Amino acid sequence: MSSMAPDNITGGLDIEAIRADFPILQQKVHGCRLAYLDNAASSQRPHSVIEAVSHYYEHDHANVHRGVHSLSHRATDAYEGAREKVRKFINASAASEIVFTGGTTESINLVAASLGQDIGPDDEILISHMEHHSNIVPWKLLCERTGATLRVAPINKRGELILEEMLAMLNPRTRIVALAHVSNALGTVNPVSKVIEAAHELDIPVLLDGAQAAPHAAVDVQKLGCEFYAFSGHKMCGPTGIGVLYGRQDVLERLPPWQGGGEMILSVSFEDTVYNKLPYKFEAGTPHIAGAIGLGAAIDYLDSIGMDRIAAYEAQLRDYAGQRLSEIDGLRIIGEAESKVGVHSFVIDGIHPHDLGTVLDHKGVAIRTGHHCAMPVMDFFCVAGTARASLAFYNSAEDIDQLIDALGVATEMFA
Amino acid sequence: MIAPDQSLQEIYRHRVLEHSRNPHHFQRPRNIDHEALGFNPLCGDKLSVYLKIEDGCVADIGFDGTGCAISVASASMMTDAMAGQSLDDVKKMIGEVQDMLAEGISLDHPRLQDLAALEGVRNYPSRIKCATLAWSTLDAALNQTATQVTTE
Repeated sequence: MSSMAPDNITGGLDIEAIRADFPILQQKVHGCRLAYLDNAASSQRPHSVIEAVSHYYEHDHANVHRGVHSLSHRATDAYEGAREKVRKFINASAASEIVFTGGTTESINLVAASLGQDIGPDDEILISHMEHHSNIVPWKLLCERTGATLRVAPINKRGELILEEMLAMLNPRTRIVALAHVSNALGTVNPVSKVIEAAHELDIPVLLDGAQAAPHAAVDVQKLGCEFYAFSGHKMCGPTGIGVLYGRQDVLERLPPWQGGGEMILSVSFEDTVYNKLPYKFEAGTPHIAGAIGLGAAIDYLDSIGMDRIAAYEAQLRDYAGQRLSEIDGLRIIGEAESKVGVHSFVIDGIHPHDLGTVLDHKGVAIRTGHHCAMPVMDFFCVAGTARASLAFYNSAEDIDQLIDALGVATEMFA
Repeated sequence: MIAPDQSLQEIYRHRVLEHSRNPHHFQRPRNIDHEALGFNPLCGDKLSVYLKIEDGCVADIGFDGTGCAISVASASMMTDAMAGQSLDDVKKMIGEVQDMLAEGISLDHPRLQDLAALEGVRNYPSRIKCATLAWSTLDAALNQTATQVTTE
């Protein structure tokens, strides 16, 4: 295997030590070293996260907020401790603004369902052309239910939001702006502060889909000023099935609950129900306690490295990968935004993304191929799908070199 | 062209690569009386299959659309096998190929010799639908049960 990587791509991190923390990276696939470059779909977990989840199940599990026994206390403390870690991670002002959900998708559905109870046929929802299906379909369903109109801000050929057009679409009928902080298919970092500022001039709330942002850079919801911020645990080294909806206190207070059940009430009779305080009003039923605890452990792990250092290292790796990919004949990067994270979507002349995916798998390289749950983006670029290499801080320059070598095998094979 | 790696030959056999590079009957014939659009939502691939049936036989067949090497090669081999065949044989062949990809049952029909090159696809669960797309689309075109089928 060629090793073209300059030695200085480390961002000051001890990448070998970090990689050693991830048991799953220590395996071979089809006899090759595993180069896991599908982090935008789902990241991997360090041993500390796996250990936190199993420790919880082995020692502390009981239902939360209910029993008076020791296990229930411990489970409640661990669950609420995780909420506090999330609060700190995104700098929310209170833990009551952190609602645990099943993931980004459920977080967005929560807002669409809850806010939707007050939306009518004259109202508009504003999204962008680069949204993941999870930030399109809940709003489309809401529009179908209420007769409201879904408006879509356009993107340009580089895969960037056309900001002035989005801002021009804001009007007094706009009830919410729902926008990706970072695009999953293109890696584009959106100018969310400008959108929030303009929306707030008209008192329009903004929801940011932070699924691809929270794992890669420090997020400060107070600085952003958005009303809602949604993200997933499994894309940031936490368990699957756990996610977060941040909602600003005053906004969450005004929203009605979206699911009914235990936990979300203070008292129930057949005549009257009193809803619980925040955030429990939005957490009906027994929550994913182990998931929240695992997410808390993931946040501890990320904090031990530092989100700023992670962002700096991933930027170096992104540039190195971009440079190496550009050396391949017939390869076209889809998404060349000036500001982007370590996501490289690409197509190669004459090779279908799925064939690329299979050949790369045989070389131990895991990438995503297809439409990335962003079919409108694929339509915009006139491709059925792309191959996407997406980075995390535990990737090394060697992973990139392995990707490039494997792409060489594919291009020779299908030439 | 170089021969693929040993391990990759299981799925990308020489015959498969040949068909995918230069697919046969890759056009919409002039006078058709049956057609269907096949869609694989997993990858967004779309293939249309076109037929002209005369006296209970396939008088003309063609396909077009976009797809991966596996789905295009499978469609190309399918059109080779079908040309001129009776509808009874066509249905038998569709069943055999679907059984081969789903259950691993060996092919028997003499017109399906090329299709044995797709046997290895069975070991790639995420790719089986690529291989079956053209066949379920042909089946739909014959039955005219739907103008669009999906692999789901």
